[in-house]
Amino acid sequence: MRFLFKTSYDQDLRLFRHSGQVFWYGLLAAVLLAAPWWASEYMMTQLHFIGIYSIAGLGLMLLVGFTGQISLGHAAFLAVGAYTETLLQAAGWPFWLTLPCAALLSAAVGIIVGLPALRLKGIYLAIATLAFGVIVEEILARWESLTGGNSGLHVKPIELFGAKLEGDAGFFYLVLALTAVCCIALANLLRSPTGRAFVALRDSEISASCMGVNLAKTKTLSFALSAALTGIGGALYAHKVSFISPEQFTLLVSIELVTLVILGGVGSLHGAVFGAAFIIVLPQLIAIAKDYLPAGVAGAAGLQSTVFGLVLIGFIIFEPMGLYGRWLKIRTWFELFPFYRKGMFRRQKTYMKSERLR
Amino acid sequence: MLTVESAAKRRCAIVQFLQLLLAGVAQGCVYALVALGFVLIYKATETVNFAQGDLMMLGAFFALTGATVLGLPYWLTIAFAMAVMVVVGMLLERAVLRPVLGYPAFTVVMVTIGVGFVLRGAVTMVPGWGTETYALATPFADKVMRVGGVVVAEQQLAVILHTAVLCLALYFFFRYTRIGIAMQATSQNQLAAYYMGIPVRRINMLIWGLSAAIATIGGILLAPTTFVHSNMGFIGLKAFPAAVVGGFGSVPGAIVGGLIIGVVEALSGFYLPEGFKDVAAYVVVLLVLMVRPSGIFGETVAKKV
Repeated sequence: MRFLFKTSYDQDLRLFRHSGQVFWYGLLAAVLLAAPWWASEYMMTQLHFIGIYSIAGLGLMLLVGFTGQISLGHAAFLAVGAYTETLLQAAGWPFWLTLPCAALLSAAVGIIVGLPALRLKGIYLAIATLAFGVIVEEILARWESLTGGNSGLHVKPIELFGAKLEGDAGFFYLVLALTAVCCIALANLLRSPTGRAFVALRDSEISASCMGVNLAKTKTLSFALSAALTGIGGALYAHKVSFISPEQFTLLVSIELVTLVILGGVGSLHGAVFGAAFIIVLPQLIAIAKDYLPAGVAGAAGLQSTVFGLVLIGFIIFEPMGLYGRWLKIRTWFELFPFYRKGMFRRQKTYMKSERLR
Repeated sequence: MLTVESAAKRRCAIVQFLQLLLAGVAQGCVYALVALGFVLIYKATETVNFAQGDLMMLGAFFALTGATVLGLPYWLTIAFAMAVMVVVGMLLERAVLRPVLGYPAFTVVMVTIGVGFVLRGAVTMVPGWGTETYALATPFADKVMRVGGVVVAEQQLAVILHTAVLCLALYFFFRYTRIGIAMQATSQNQLAAYYMGIPVRRINMLIWGLSAAIATIGGILLAPTTFVHSNMGFIGLKAFPAAVVGGFGSVPGAIVGGLIIGVVEALSGFYLPEGFKDVAAYVVVLLVLMVRPSGIFGETVAKKV
């Protein structure tokens, strides 16, 4: 087991706490960089999607996990990012310009959505974002002169610095780089005063404002950043599937993103990536499990949604800290080997926490 | 001559308006019933039940089974479906919701979303239900009356009457029965109710059963217009705005909210360009949230530390 002997405050703020972390992240990076050599074509596609969902999930994680706001309309930001990217690309803009534009426009929309969040809390915010998501979907379907309506739009392949980015490997490196940049940027953000303000706001708005956090500014910023990240995810998603239409950005996608955050583990950056991997792999697992299920169940159209729901319920009841929490427990078990106790991660249950009187 | 023509035109417009209004009210009643389920559960347990629409769907399917497989008459079908759904609702509370008691509100919401997914998927696995669309026979189908030029479908009247009777019954239930009063006490202050000897957990279970039963009636009333299929629960997403417009913790608010949403939807479907009908509910809810975040009938409580 490792004991960290801290001799300066900087050690608390470092991105990598100790050399072990540097080693393991380095190894992960090396394995991923070598992916085009060891992964099959099918696995590469899965990796693309995991990267894309990770970026979108990181965006939502910032909002839900770190700022404590709720959004059931994140598919709208995904859509704004995807459509901005597609339309600007069609207008002949280069990729290094369209991607920031997609992020910026998503952020702008995020600020608009964040406005009601200044007054609304909890379930009301959930409804407001849900309503917003539905409205955006409808606008995309109806604004046919711009978005092509329900017949959708084709997306051109990415052109980066004069060279066409085609094939699995090129796109994979792009997604990988962007995912890494987003992860590091968020990790950096969260150890800055702004990130601390987010967390303070999540834990108690009143205490945060007493400590001098500007609630309105912080919430709006959180919405904007979250939307921007999800917008980047949307832009990449558009390129990956190379065809977008409004029904790819329904409420179910928003719910899927929230599920991703919860399954991964609310309040951890690792969780967003774990959750993304899980969400992408789950349908494959179901497809494999189909062979072992009775015909009436395996053939049913709702099998996937049932499993999805059961997994979600199971995680919340039995592992509220998500996949990352499970990993932490396993790691702690090994680190403390004979001394791990069952109740070490038990969360404090709060009974009668009423929203009405809070 | 011209004035006669314009008078006829105006009369025609009025008749049309009344007809739309009636259709809107009938649709709004269904929203109101689903919203009522939301509100009852929210008031008692502070849980927002995203699966309410799916409970409605399940109730409609049980009614279908009662009517076709068991061959029950209409009224017995309703009673049968409600009885089954009370049990389903109570089991759901016991099995899924009670373990997450005391978790953050949003976590609980996600649990109910999961329940919705499971119900929607499970329905497709039941033999005889599946993904097909079914019609539920009602004694009122396809009959129309004419009241001063306005064509009134009996189905619409039946929906409105059912809702009114149900609301009255609920009013008396909450006002005069022991359990009803206990439910009120629980929803006002759980701890105090507990100290007064009310079995709060059992009451919560009953409330889930009750709102599942209300959802069932909503489903049966909705069945003639949308038919019974595994995705009819998505109407719950429209009932949500209804509950919010009325104020989430208010029972009369749910009814009024449902009616508002139903009427606005019907009118915007006719007078506004295509596409507005589907988002009307959400536009209304955004407006209400901006002007009065706690809804029309919602209590505004200052936040304590």
